[in-house]
Amino acid sequence: MKNKIALCIACFLLANLAFGQEPEMADTMRSEGKIYVLVAIISTILLGLLVYLFFIERKVTKLEKLLSEKK
Amino acid sequence: MKTWLKVVCVVFLFYSVIGGLLLPVPRLAIVNETIRGLYYHVPMWFGMVTMFAFSVYHSVVYLRKPSFGTDIKSQLYANVGVMLGMLGIFTGMIWANYTWGSPWHGDPKQNGAAIALLVYFAYFILRGSVENEEQKARLSAVYNVFAFVTMIPLIFVIPRMTSSMHPGNGGNPGFNMYDLDSQMRLVFYPACIGWILLGFWIANLRIRIKLIEETLLETSNEK
Repeated sequence: MKNKIALCIACFLLANLAFGQEPEMADTMRSEGKIYVLVAIISTILLGLLVYLFFIERKVTKLEKLLSEKK
Repeated sequence: MKTWLKVVCVVFLFYSVIGGLLLPVPRLAIVNETIRGLYYHVPMWFGMVTMFAFSVYHSVVYLRKPSFGTDIKSQLYANVGVMLGMLGIFTGMIWANYTWGSPWHGDPKQNGAAIALLVYFAYFILRGSVENEEQKARLSAVYNVFAFVTMIPLIFVIPRMTSSMHPGNGGNPGFNMYDLDSQMRLVFYPACIGWILLGFWIANLRIRIKLIEETLLETSNEK
């Protein structure tokens, strides 16, 4: 009886190994916390570009004012 | 552009980067972690279509009641739309290289998007090749209507009629599940809104620069 149960468990584990495999994801990288490095890098670039856009807008507004004063 | 819209744009873009990289996604074979590309690749197309829609709207307004302002608006919205579309093509090629096996797979949607961009390139060539300002504006407004009407079936209709590997278009189970995932919607929709607003912001600046340029040219002509 004990043998049969052991065999059942062994079969179950084998089946799990064969069919229950999950698609590979970047779990190790996440658990090491390195994903935050990426978040920081991309956020910095985004921030830089958006601030730059904001300054371009200020420049354009300035030019518009200059033009309307000239008229 | 209203300040609160810019704030929404900035907040949503940061959320799309931070949430897009950190929040959980479905674990699927083939795409694996690249599923997050959805948050960055697809909003480019949403932005492009929105820009083109505003461009064609201003073209129709121009044809009903010609004015300089509406003409340059339709030009510059199309300009920003093409920029977003090219980013969409390039990000799509990178993504395709890793999931489909090659950057250009001849996927109907991929081809359709490329043809749509070529149609819009022709719009700028047309604008550049007519000297007379009024004629340029009228011709390009008519062409813009045709360009928009061509783009819609190329991107939204034909890929759904044939088998495309893009989600929602063909029968690839590796891709078909994620567009229904509610977890991903939480990041995907804000990302789309953020990029669309960024498109408006840039287009708005381009329009204002063009207006400044035009007033400068006018005053120098008067002298």
